[in-house]
Amino acid sequence: MDQLLQHLVNAVILGGTYALLGIGLTLIFGIMRVVNFTHGELYAFGAYTVYFLAAALGLNFFLALAAAVIAGALLGALLEIALLRPLRSTDIDVVMLVMIGAWIVMQNTELLIWGGVAKAIVTPFPDAPLVIGPVSVSWLRVFVLLVAFLLIVATYLLIHRTKLGKAMRATFQDSDTAALMGINIRGIYTATFALGSALAAAAGALLGPVFLVTPTMGDLASLKAFAIVILGGLGNITGATIGGFILAFVEEIGAGYISSGYRDAMGFLIIIVVLLFKPTGLFERAERVG
Amino acid sequence: MNRVLRAFWLVVMLSVPLWLQDQYLLHVLITTGIFIIAAMSLNLLLGYTGQLSLGHVAFFGIGAYASALTTLGFDVELFPGFRAVHQPLPAIIGFFVAMLVAGMSGYVIGRLSFKVRGAYFVIVTISFAEVTRLVALNWVELTQGPLALTNIPPYTLGISGIGFYTLWSKTAYYYFVLAVGLVAYVVISRLVGSRIGRAMIALKENETLASSVGIDVTHYLVLAAVLSAALAGGAGSLYAHYLKIIDPDIFLFIYTVTMVIMVITGGKGTLAGPIVGGLIFGFLPVIVRPIAAPAVQWILYGALMVMIVFVLPRGIVPALDRCLARWTQSRDKVLSMAGSGKPNLSKQP
Repeated sequence: MDQLLQHLVNAVILGGTYALLGIGLTLIFGIMRVVNFTHGELYAFGAYTVYFLAAALGLNFFLALAAAVIAGALLGALLEIALLRPLRSTDIDVVMLVMIGAWIVMQNTELLIWGGVAKAIVTPFPDAPLVIGPVSVSWLRVFVLLVAFLLIVATYLLIHRTKLGKAMRATFQDSDTAALMGINIRGIYTATFALGSALAAAAGALLGPVFLVTPTMGDLASLKAFAIVILGGLGNITGATIGGFILAFVEEIGAGYISSGYRDAMGFLIIIVVLLFKPTGLFERAERVG
Repeated sequence: MNRVLRAFWLVVMLSVPLWLQDQYLLHVLITTGIFIIAAMSLNLLLGYTGQLSLGHVAFFGIGAYASALTTLGFDVELFPGFRAVHQPLPAIIGFFVAMLVAGMSGYVIGRLSFKVRGAYFVIVTISFAEVTRLVALNWVELTQGPLALTNIPPYTLGISGIGFYTLWSKTAYYYFVLAVGLVAYVVISRLVGSRIGRAMIALKENETLASSVGIDVTHYLVLAAVLSAALAGGAGSLYAHYLKIIDPDIFLFIYTVTMVIMVITGGKGTLAGPIVGGLIFGFLPVIVRPIAAPAVQWILYGALMVMIVFVLPRGIVPALDRCLARWTQSRDKVLSMAGSGKPNLSKQP
């Protein structure tokens, strides 16, 4: 029982960052119809930025975190303007290939700059964990959950309470009509991609200190983000939030009670099962062919 | 003209080991050949039915493992109290088992994956490949996991009573890969020219229209997946018996990406596309390796992939075809002008 409780706590903490990853990807897919293979690389980029600023330059950890999120948004905007804007009206497969190319370039640039050795980020949090009854959690993980929660709420508010968010939702529903109403579609696309990228970078910046930072850390992050998004339904933000927590629970329970070797397989099994039995995702909303 | 060209290429390919003395280059040519066969199989799906399968390496890896395990034998406990024991068989049987097992997985995965299209299809195929990788990594009793299957013997060809020949040398292996590649090429070219191929192209162009004129879309998609998977499995078997060692890294996503780059660069939906693209990306490392680190090579690959999509979205072969067509057209025009000019000249006193 105690063990189960510990697994649940771990799952909630992991789920927060998974939700961030999923929301970012689902926004980009929902609004832009782009399968973003660079998502995991932005996650890795966030982690490396924190490592570079905090560990190498000695900047304050919290400042480094904020800087990583902003840098993620900038890199996302750059990618969108350079690669996606010229390909707006082309086939979804063509865009996917370009994103795969960009993913390869980004990952290997990281490998070239930082080398293949895993990096550890030192944080200002105390080593002694927070102990509540039978469960113990490190302070860092508590902080990670808190920030993830705040970012999720902020994203909700941005989408549902601001003018930019309203324009994004309009573009999601019907981009042509939105353009007719005077919404700057190109700007919305860039903003969407930057926002999604910032969320991915934030997830990486938060999980980087919890785990280790490696050039290939983005691969699994991308694939897990796909799993979350499919679970929640493409373009569905609430679905992605819940999907992130579900994936974390399944992984944590699977690793704890079935086999730790198959931990990372859980996400893929979820994808396969969901697409076979309920291809619209668990929280049905939009149609899904194409 | 076309026939002469084809005969010329055949002679070039057959004579390679005679003039190519460098064993390293021959090795690159063999592995490139194996990947070209895999890329040809991917092209069947990607180029002719228009389905972007990013899990193709699953079939390559399944073929490699099926072939290696057939040849090495295994003894695993499937259920408590029930053991599956398999005695080693000759390697060449492994080759056919690989095609069979990969083809069957192609049927199952195809049946399941073709329920969805577009982005969903892409993601579900990636998932299948990753699951097979994790199974290969974790089912240690069968696959040795990260310790890899080693000492995979080379193929032995021959007929009992007449004689046997084991493919120990690189030259012999080159000819074997070439033979498999040529058979695959001929089979694919016959297939895409047939009724089946036309049905595949029709459903690529417009699936709704194709199904409305009576083409059973799922049937043809699954058929393409089975053929494509079987061929990829054969390529996997070639790879396993050539390198003599395989580990779960054979399932890495990056190998699928390599095959996709080859097909896209060469030109999807063309017969020569995977060969041209395969030769470029097979030999690019040889040229780049002395001057650049592996990471830089991959950066180059990625950048090249982006550039190709931007500059030559249909690939090199269709672009060359168009150039050639324009050239022959203008040449014919010049010739006909010259031809029509002559009689006029002769009429003049």
